[in-house]
Amino acid sequence: MSLKAFHIIFVVFSTLTALGFGFWAIRHYRVSGEQAALIAGIGSFMGGAVLIVYGRWFLRKLKGVSYL
Amino acid sequence: MSAEVLPYTIKPHPVTGLYNGKFGVWLFLASEVMLFGALFSTYIFLRIGAPETGPAAWPSGEETHLSWKIGGLNTLILILSSVTMVLAWVQFKMDNFGKGRLYLAITAILAIAFVAIKFKFEYAHKFHMDIVPSTSVFFAIYYTMTGLHALHIIGGVVVICYFIGPGAKLWDQNREYYTNRIECTGLYWHFVDLVWIFLFPILYLL
Repeated sequence: MSLKAFHIIFVVFSTLTALGFGFWAIRHYRVSGEQAALIAGIGSFMGGAVLIVYGRWFLRKLKGVSYL
Repeated sequence: MSAEVLPYTIKPHPVTGLYNGKFGVWLFLASEVMLFGALFSTYIFLRIGAPETGPAAWPSGEETHLSWKIGGLNTLILILSSVTMVLAWVQFKMDNFGKGRLYLAITAILAIAFVAIKFKFEYAHKFHMDIVPSTSVFFAIYYTMTGLHALHIIGGVVVICYFIGPGAKLWDQNREYYTNRIECTGLYWHFVDLVWIFLFPILYLL
């Protein structure tokens, strides 16, 4: 497996972590009322969206590179 | 030893379909999966087996003294470092040495920032509060897992700095060989970052 393939796997897990953390942070905000949790939650969802866009850009940029 | 002496450092080996360096790194990473896999399993069994009350009970979120803000910041730093690592490899593949080295340097800086935050704001704070591995089962596994992970990060920084500095001479001798070595470093780096992606939620959030 090449670095290209491993990076795609990494981006998938990072996106899931960002979205999961976003849900956790929003839930934490609703329980504790901590403003930082709300900011972190929104930021994390935005980060997840950025990672999806980046992942698509990365795939396009390295179209000619092997997955092996 | 030069690329001419060592076979299959650039061309794929006919049996594995990979150049030897990449095959070696994947074998090494397989052993790392077993190492960290054993520690993750240990964590799960310790947590499941902990009594619900009493001194041996698993600590709640506040009792762990772990800040999700610091953990989250470090997660962001490591994700960014993986992106810069792969961008360095892409630049070397595109024959752009200067930009590749710049991305490698950014990766090293991000990694050093991760370790600095870990030691300054987590370990030092806990040691100050007399929270050491012998404090509880939770802190024993916490220090073992995060400490081993931090050692892997430091090891990665040493390798990255080598390829920014003295190891960069290889670029002038054999560009493809150098780029392959960066790919191998990137594979290791992604693995170490992926371990943190799993460590962060189980230690800081759940």
